[in-house]
Amino acid sequence: MRESEKDPGLYDFRPYRDRTKIEWPEGKTVAVWVSPNLEYYEIDPPANPQRKSWPRPHPDIVPYGHRDYANRIGHWRMAEVMEKHGFKGSVSLSVALCQHHPEVVAHANALDWEFFSHGIYNTRYSYGMDEAQERAIIEDSIKTVRDATGQTIKGWLAPALTHTPRTLDLIAEYGMTYTCDLYHDDQPGPVHVKDGRLISMPYSIEVNDHYGFFVYNMSPREYADTLIRQYERLAAEGEQSGTVMCIPLHSYLIGQPHRIGPFEEVLRHIAADGRAWITRSGDIADHFLANDYYDATAADAARYAKDAG
Amino acid sequence: MSLDPSYLEYPKRREGMDHGLYVPSPIPTRKPFAWPDRKTVAVTLLVNLEWFPITPEDAPFRAPGHMVTPYPDYRHYTAREYGTRVGFYRLLDAFAKAGVHATIAVNAAIAERYPSIISDILAEGHEIIAHSTDMNGTIATGLPEAEERALIVQARDTLAGAMGTMPRGWQSIARSQSWNTPRLLVEEGFDYMCDWVNDDLPYLATTEAGTIVSMPFNHELSDRQMIALQQHSMEDVTRQIEDAFDWLGIEADRFGGRVLPFTITPYITGLPHRMDAFEQLLGKLAGSSKSWFATAGEVVDSWQGQTG
Repeated sequence: MRESEKDPGLYDFRPYRDRTKIEWPEGKTVAVWVSPNLEYYEIDPPANPQRKSWPRPHPDIVPYGHRDYANRIGHWRMAEVMEKHGFKGSVSLSVALCQHHPEVVAHANALDWEFFSHGIYNTRYSYGMDEAQERAIIEDSIKTVRDATGQTIKGWLAPALTHTPRTLDLIAEYGMTYTCDLYHDDQPGPVHVKDGRLISMPYSIEVNDHYGFFVYNMSPREYADTLIRQYERLAAEGEQSGTVMCIPLHSYLIGQPHRIGPFEEVLRHIAADGRAWITRSGDIADHFLANDYYDATAADAARYAKDAG
Repeated sequence: MSLDPSYLEYPKRREGMDHGLYVPSPIPTRKPFAWPDRKTVAVTLLVNLEWFPITPEDAPFRAPGHMVTPYPDYRHYTAREYGTRVGFYRLLDAFAKAGVHATIAVNAAIAERYPSIISDILAEGHEIIAHSTDMNGTIATGLPEAEERALIVQARDTLAGAMGTMPRGWQSIARSQSWNTPRLLVEEGFDYMCDWVNDDLPYLATTEAGTIVSMPFNHELSDRQMIALQQHSMEDVTRQIEDAFDWLGIEADRFGGRVLPFTITPYITGLPHRMDAFEQLLGKLAGSSKSWFATAGEVVDSWQGQTG
């Protein structure tokens, strides 16, 4: 990004009309990916100068225990429902989970879920890191996931969504192909980096279960209805050019007994509809790059460049 | 700019938890267990019966539901008292009508000020657990150990004096503990604590003084969370509890007994316009062949009897 400038220069303007037609496999109109955040939050993390981990003195056992619910109960309940309806996870992983709860990581890997990095812990923030420190957490992420699962991570969602101005350049340099940290579009598109090709993978803050339940205060049934409306709209619009719908989840929220039943109805609806390419984030990125959509979408954007006449 | 090098050191990055309070226990690895009389879902209602001094204290923190306006806050002082003198009696009547028993987490100040409430609770077969002294009795790390112990002992002994027996269970205000709380609870003779929200089932927590059962009372399944924080209607709340009950019932048929906790606040649920929906919920759950309305102590005893 262009540090300290008003416009960080992350991507080019490309309005939502007259776009290159993105075609998903088998004529599907919307690529649907489910993103369980498999996380570890430390009970007594060191302080980051720019962000506090827990509101109360450590141990702040309610928010800590709430998140630990994921690894004891929620993950297993959520994963069973996803598997039942044919949804593989694309995991936003606190890579230290490979050490703390290897059984959770092994279970997800055995289900053929994809892993990308969500930092070391969700209580260690990137704010204030120098380049060497940021390289260290990227290299740690790549090695830890490879050792635990055999997978090479292709993407990044910053730990607790904390960035530095150099994050995107670095992940591209290390060979990753997508970032989940930019929320400007319902389709993938190029991101400006120093070297290599990085695309923005549509994740979602707005239909993230955390936002649904604790920003918009939805009931479980309202959240399920919201996801179905989101799906119906994106599936219809995808006839013009393929769209992406991400369902970002935290099993300590969606895996609660009062929420999982309504959520299962969402998966049942999408699986039965027929218009969804039910897939993983890395598969979307691979398809996008293999079919030259990077250049095609960049050419779309070039039509609107200020010097294009 | 760079961070202190220790920010990238992870001394507790190892298999298991990053503390010694309990060990991991993924639910698929657990032995199934059964509730009495072939019931499959233990429904555990917990009522917070609390007294808020009109002089709030902020150390270690001001309790949720405490005074809001500049002194004297008649509005919140009396609205909380409404819960105790009116709302709580509506709840007791609703429990009696549905034929169910609940666990009442009681501030010691309630026993001192209104001893007849203690007799009413016990006469109707409910369990009383300790819930600190009054709503200024919050706990968090930073509270000196001797003060925390004195608070726990005072709460225990005041209730014991009014009840004639020792309370076996504890719930902290706002479920907030210090590093010392589980150990102090063991040392002061408690069998279970109702603060941790990381599980659907009881489990054994460990301290330097021995073990204590953690009883699951998820803060999400509460009128405070759903109504006071998320601003749902009572109908939305009862729908969520019914959905949870249905889901847990299906799981219980496959994996063994489950627990559905629901935490109730007299000044929230005990209002006239919410009570019909609450009574309908109790009626539905009590009418199910799967439900076992149990107090915290009954669940702990049944669970311990099967885990050896």
